[in-house]
Amino acid sequence: MVLFRKSFVSRFFSLIPLLILFFLAFNETDFNFEKLSFLSFNLIYIVIFYWVLKNPDILGYGFIFLAGIVNDVIIGLPIGVSPITYLVLAGFAAYVRYLTVEPSLIYDWIVFVPSIAVTNSVYFYILIIFFDIKVNHIALALNTGVTILLYPFIGILFNFLFKIIIVQKNV
Amino acid sequence: MVVSRDDFSIAIRSAFLKKGVKQKFSLLALIIASIILLSLEVINSKSLNFVRSAVKDVIYRTSFVTSIPGNSIVSAFTKIQNYFEVYEEYETTKSKLKQLENQQNQINYLKIENDKLKKIINNTDIYSHESITTKVLMDKKSPFLKSVILNKGFKSGLKRGMPVLDGSYFVGRITEANYLSSRVLLINDLNSKIPVLIEPMGYQAIMSGGGDKQALLEFLPKNHQLEVGSVVYTSGTGGVFFSGIPIGRVELVGKKFHVKFFSDLNQLYLVNVITSKLIGSEQ
Repeated sequence: MVLFRKSFVSRFFSLIPLLILFFLAFNETDFNFEKLSFLSFNLIYIVIFYWVLKNPDILGYGFIFLAGIVNDVIIGLPIGVSPITYLVLAGFAAYVRYLTVEPSLIYDWIVFVPSIAVTNSVYFYILIIFFDIKVNHIALALNTGVTILLYPFIGILFNFLFKIIIVQKNV
Repeated sequence: MVVSRDDFSIAIRSAFLKKGVKQKFSLLALIIASIILLSLEVINSKSLNFVRSAVKDVIYRTSFVTSIPGNSIVSAFTKIQNYFEVYEEYETTKSKLKQLENQQNQINYLKIENDKLKKIINNTDIYSHESITTKVLMDKKSPFLKSVILNKGFKSGLKRGMPVLDGSYFVGRITEANYLSSRVLLINDLNSKIPVLIEPMGYQAIMSGGGDKQALLEFLPKNHQLEVGSVVYTSGTGGVFFSGIPIGRVELVGKKFHVKFFSDLNQLYLVNVITSKLIGSEQ
């Protein structure tokens, strides 16, 4: 019984990043504030980058792909745009993960800047070139900037969760 | 981090081709799958549309259910705020009611006169068309794309291109009709272009969504003398919409003419979708 409870608690904590990802993909109340567009940020990007960098087994690539499809349907974009952008970001994170010997939040943050810039460029150009959908590039740039600025703060919160997951696994 | 050419290629290979312990797919395989999905978006076949429509319906409904807790919190806050504003609104409403009573008398007179004139010109307008009232299922409130999801689809007779009204004001058109839901592209979306008529001057123009609360008036006639406060209606040019659906008033922002909408596009709840059927027409 005790063993079952321990494994359940450990499993629950490991599932939190995945639950956050799908909650954000499915949920209407996201972090795009229409009246304060300069405060909008993309938490999904932070979730994907952080957890793929820390441990890709917690946030499977298949789930990232599915979350992208859900996001496309909810936002009304051609299905496939978000999965590609999410997976490109996950690719950056996985690449950095293989090269990093001593991970640190500051280093992750620095790498996050070019990663999100490339990811959002891919998103922007797919919509413009292949589907002729106009996107407010100023709002997108602001969103990217705020997402970059918030990465270390949310990263600290995720560090706590990551430590809990590791502790629960080792109990 | 030391990066030699070998390290680079090994890291790239490991990142994109290697599967983790619990991973079922490699990143490259999923990126290829995404590209295939994107290519399928361009293909317009009956079976693909059916699958697309089913997937979207399921996701919309799931999203609606998962947003209930968040929406409940937001609506609770709004309710509390509303209670504080009740008295103020009561006073304003009272004075408005008096004004409206006066206006009603004028309207009754104008209505009778209008009916007589209509008989003469034998014209049809939006009020002689059937409409379907639907509820806004979701409003994503994205700063990039302005659209809402309605809780009715082609099962209820909604079709792509149908005009959507908030009360009697034009707010957008249906761009995607699924079996149980549909998407409305709002008039403030960057991709929205609506042919409009500006009265009383009678100018024709194109209203382009600005991504915010206003839309820009483009392709106005040369040497026009557009007045601020003029009313903008759908022109019906090209047979896309019915003519004469009110949209908003002309405003001057900087040196450009914009349209301030009559309807608050952030507060859409129940909307009317005008079908192409005339009241009393045969099916």
